[in-house]
Amino acid sequence: MKNMSALSKTAIHGLIILYIIFLLFPLLWVVASSLKPTQEIYSGSPTILPQQITFDHYSSVINGQRIFRSMWNSVIVGTFSTILVVLLAIPSAYAMVRYKSIVNNAILGWILVSQIFPVILVMIPLYVMLRYIGLTDSLTGLTLIYVVWSLPFVLWMMYGYVKSIPLELEEAAVIDGASRTQVIFTILMPLLLPAIGASALFAFISSWNEFFFALVLMKSPTLATLQVELARYTGMEGQSRTGPLAAASVIATIPSIILFIFMRKWFTTGLVSGALKG
Amino acid sequence: MLRTIKRLITIDQAMKIINKKNHTLYSKKELGQIQLLLPVILLVTVFSLAPLLRGIYLGFTDYRLGDPISFNGIENYIQLFNDEYFWKSFKIGMVWTFIVTALQVSLGLGLALLLNTKIRFVSFYTILILIPWATPPIIRGILWRQMYEPNTGAVNILLSDAGLISAPINWLTSFEYVIPAVIVAGIWGEISKAAIFLLAGLQTIPNDLYEAGKIDGAGIWDQFWRITLPVLKPVLAAIVSLTFMWNFNTFGIIWVLTQGGPGGLTRLPMLAAYEEGFRYGYIGYAAAIGNVMVIILSVMLFMYIRVQLRERNES
Repeated sequence: MKNMSALSKTAIHGLIILYIIFLLFPLLWVVASSLKPTQEIYSGSPTILPQQITFDHYSSVINGQRIFRSMWNSVIVGTFSTILVVLLAIPSAYAMVRYKSIVNNAILGWILVSQIFPVILVMIPLYVMLRYIGLTDSLTGLTLIYVVWSLPFVLWMMYGYVKSIPLELEEAAVIDGASRTQVIFTILMPLLLPAIGASALFAFISSWNEFFFALVLMKSPTLATLQVELARYTGMEGQSRTGPLAAASVIATIPSIILFIFMRKWFTTGLVSGALKG
Repeated sequence: MLRTIKRLITIDQAMKIINKKNHTLYSKKELGQIQLLLPVILLVTVFSLAPLLRGIYLGFTDYRLGDPISFNGIENYIQLFNDEYFWKSFKIGMVWTFIVTALQVSLGLGLALLLNTKIRFVSFYTILILIPWATPPIIRGILWRQMYEPNTGAVNILLSDAGLISAPINWLTSFEYVIPAVIVAGIWGEISKAAIFLLAGLQTIPNDLYEAGKIDGAGIWDQFWRITLPVLKPVLAAIVSLTFMWNFNTFGIIWVLTQGGPGGLTRLPMLAAYEEGFRYGYIGYAAAIGNVMVIILSVMLFMYIRVQLRERNES
């Protein structure tokens, strides 16, 4: 489509901008609310852009105990589950690429199935089991769940990356007498750094954004994750706290946006090539 | 010169033979593979596979938290069949899933086609479009709650500024408006997702096809129906079935927007299952709802696999 007329080009830009207005307006509105002084939010006819800018809501979120603590919980759970899932995925992906066996099909099948089942089915027995071993209402239990939760996608990404590493590199090391563990950690790990970065980001964000497991498992207010805490603020008490809630929402969204911008290729190529090649 | 090339070729061939040998060598070491995979297999079995199977089983019991479990066959399903709340939830689940999936995929396709026209600023536009998708479900709910807020929300302010409404509408508690309101909030973040996936699919279509189409005198409309759509079909099928499954399992955004209200009007199946299981403690009954959801999702998956297989047989 090289010889498009100027008119149709303008029309295309115009249509895209219409989409963008719909897609960005709610965010713009909330960012604006987070910067408006409270009186301005509740004045009969607020304007879209703030007339007066204040960072009070942000400082009240950062200094406020509850949201800050829940953010800290999310960081802890996210960090530990990310480290664990990456450490688990590397040797597993290696094993799946270098040894072909029926186990591979079982694991790939599970990766697919795990995307479909409603979490409620897994959640009920998991809840019963975790309660039995005393891991409900505990950050350790939640970390464990998030490891299993993000494992399929991370493993799938890692599998793709390991597959692209030529076998020759390993052979040279094996001839020099390296063991399998040495091969994985000294040859593979450095080459996999981009994949490790991408999957670590993914694992962190999927636990950062997760809501359902955290809602069911974390009952004490001091252990709530950020998403659960924010959802709680939308109840009756949220009505009077538009400004701080807006500020907290903006803070909670930023890590996720950064990830998506870096990773959009990863999300799409897998699905598209999967659909084309099966 | 020629000799060097020849030598390189033989080295290359030799390497290939070595590689092949190694592969067969490796494949005999299944024990080594199991060793490496053991942690993952254990973790998945204990925390994913076993709970899943147990969850399916619990759907055939009358289990309540703390009580002993007893198998009750299809009793839960008979009860579900006669439970008007379940039917209501199920109906709204279907309405929600079909409308959101249809709007999301068609609006997403429109956007992807616009972005695929090789105009300026496309990568800048793409980054902006990505942002709603990146927004966590709970935050999406909060954003739209603030948009729909009767007195301070943007929707009422814009509508009354435009002179379209005289009194503020309480979008999320009104029986009349709540369903369209949650659908708009629901498709908001999902349009981006569909558009980005479909754009990646569109970019795999070779330009030669369009050039050939043009030579044959195909207009834009013909190009869309005869080139774009057929080539895009597998990707489109993947997206339709995946988004269908995701939408059917929606929980977080509705939880924040309405908690299923008003009067259970937006109580999607996942919310119904959550309430039965974790609010009232009817674990067996909640698992039964989960099983019914699995059956519906399996039908979707089956249809998707059939489309994929047919495509592959044709090509």
